[in-house]
Amino acid sequence: MSKLKVASSPHHHNQRDTGQVMRLVAYACIPGIMLQTWYFGVGVLIQIALCMLTAIVTEALIVELRKKNTERVIKDSSAALAGLLLGICLPPLAPWWIAVIGSFFAIAIVKQAYGGLGFNMFNPAMAAYVMLLISFPVQMTSWLPPISLAELNFSILDAIYTVFTGFTIDGYSIEQLRVGADGVSMATPLDHVKTSLVEGYTVQEALQTPIMSGAWGLGWAQIAIAYLVGGIALIKLNVINWHIPGSMILAAMLTALILHLADSSQYASPAFHFLNGSLVIGAFFIATDPVSAATTNKGRLIFGASIGVWIIIIRTWGSYPDAVAFAVILMNMAVPLIDYYTRPRTYGHKLKTSAINNSEDD
Amino acid sequence: MSEDKGKSQYTDELKNLSIQGIWKNNPAIVQLLGLCPLLAVTGSVVNGLGLGLATTLVLLGSNITVSLVRNFVPNEIRIPIFVMVIAAFVTVIELIMHAYTFELYQALGIFIPLIVTNCAIIGRAEAYASKNPVQFAAFDGLMMGLGFTIVLVVLGAMRELLGFGTLFDGMELLLGEWAANMTLVIYDTQANFLLAILPPGAFLGMGLLIAAKNLIDGAIAKRKAQSEQKVVQRARVTGTDL
Repeated sequence: MSKLKVASSPHHHNQRDTGQVMRLVAYACIPGIMLQTWYFGVGVLIQIALCMLTAIVTEALIVELRKKNTERVIKDSSAALAGLLLGICLPPLAPWWIAVIGSFFAIAIVKQAYGGLGFNMFNPAMAAYVMLLISFPVQMTSWLPPISLAELNFSILDAIYTVFTGFTIDGYSIEQLRVGADGVSMATPLDHVKTSLVEGYTVQEALQTPIMSGAWGLGWAQIAIAYLVGGIALIKLNVINWHIPGSMILAAMLTALILHLADSSQYASPAFHFLNGSLVIGAFFIATDPVSAATTNKGRLIFGASIGVWIIIIRTWGSYPDAVAFAVILMNMAVPLIDYYTRPRTYGHKLKTSAINNSEDD
Repeated sequence: MSEDKGKSQYTDELKNLSIQGIWKNNPAIVQLLGLCPLLAVTGSVVNGLGLGLATTLVLLGSNITVSLVRNFVPNEIRIPIFVMVIAAFVTVIELIMHAYTFELYQALGIFIPLIVTNCAIIGRAEAYASKNPVQFAAFDGLMMGLGFTIVLVVLGAMRELLGFGTLFDGMELLLGEWAANMTLVIYDTQANFLLAILPPGAFLGMGLLIAAKNLIDGAIAKRKAQSEQKVVQRARVTGTDL
């Protein structure tokens, strides 16, 4: 991360190894995960556990096959973190094989097939999420309403049963669990607004629903703020830089604001975009992945801002309600280019001022 | 004596052509030619097999014809002539498929006429058939086509298995009614693994196939190197004995 910082004496650096960084990121997710569990039930924890377990087992298996030091690779916790992030993104009562296929894909194909930690081009959790979303659209969009709005309550055992068999102990299907108190199937706020817009309602009309209070999606906004707190803690601890999350959120807000000002009945407000969906967790926990993100500060600003713009564009005109995963994957592809054009000058070299210098530099 | 030598040269050339076509110089996973149909239609075994057979027949026909006319074609306009030869055979195959395997013809759609643009075919015409006698050219076309077909079928099987959980579904489209119950249901799924069926699945499957081939090649090279080493060691032992 910031190991190349020029610091004045005394040269005391807080040297963290990869494992410590990964674990700190994971700890910073805890407030968000706790709130997510509070609003959407224990299924969240089941998904996270399944994903982390599969990710670690897959990593160990493949590292063993590649005849590398398994213990060292597992101890850097990067597989566990990828599993954790994927688990957070999955619908809480998605079938177990979603989590297993997703984490296996994240580690085996996206990460290890490219050479393991440090060589993967794409963010493993997000690439796996996109793969799952494209492959299993029904299962991947079956979000539950927040517990307080749901008609049917379910216990911990019910959640485990649903994840592994598709039905609760009493035989309710996930479709029945999704029904809210008013008897209508519940979608996420982003999904709801998107569908309403397609049906010809305005944004303001779409927001008149029990899952929303103003721009605040019930549960979603609180979770977003919890992740924001965790993310700011990471910046304070110097685990991540402010550049990517800062520019990403700012660019997303600006794009949303411009659209909102142009036509407020068709385009939701910046606050709505900020508080709903996965913008915040994406900005602080996903786009900041040190391997697949740009590496210079200038590059990070470009990288983050482009993700922010893409998120709003895809959310507004794309066919899926949320866009963080797509935007991150898109910009992952652009990272080599960004890095090429934002290479910092090495110490002692001058700016290219003349043709002679030019030839010397090259 | 000289007849014997000629015969062994003949079989050597055939053997070499088979190895080149099916393994060492496989048009699909080594030369990476004809990727467009390869990636687009390998959603199932039957599609892969159908397109593979069609390509093989075109390859066979075009290689024979190009080899027959190789001494009469002016060098400057050889490419247009090869393309016309290939296009003629593709038209023949297309009409045959239209007549006898209509449903498969519909399933493969634009990719049958597109065989004309398959680089593997013009590549063989240019690189081999236009320089070699007709019997070898025909065999080369057959083996290259076989190599291409094998990859199409394997990739189709991988994608069909992952995507739908079946194998050999719809074989009656190609082979007639008796093949209607060839379908193997490996596992039953309500949720199709769409990624395997969509184009990205073809790219991923292709990458894995190439990786598998490289793995096998690596293992063979390693074994070869080991056995060679042994020979050297033995030589040295006798050397010290002396």
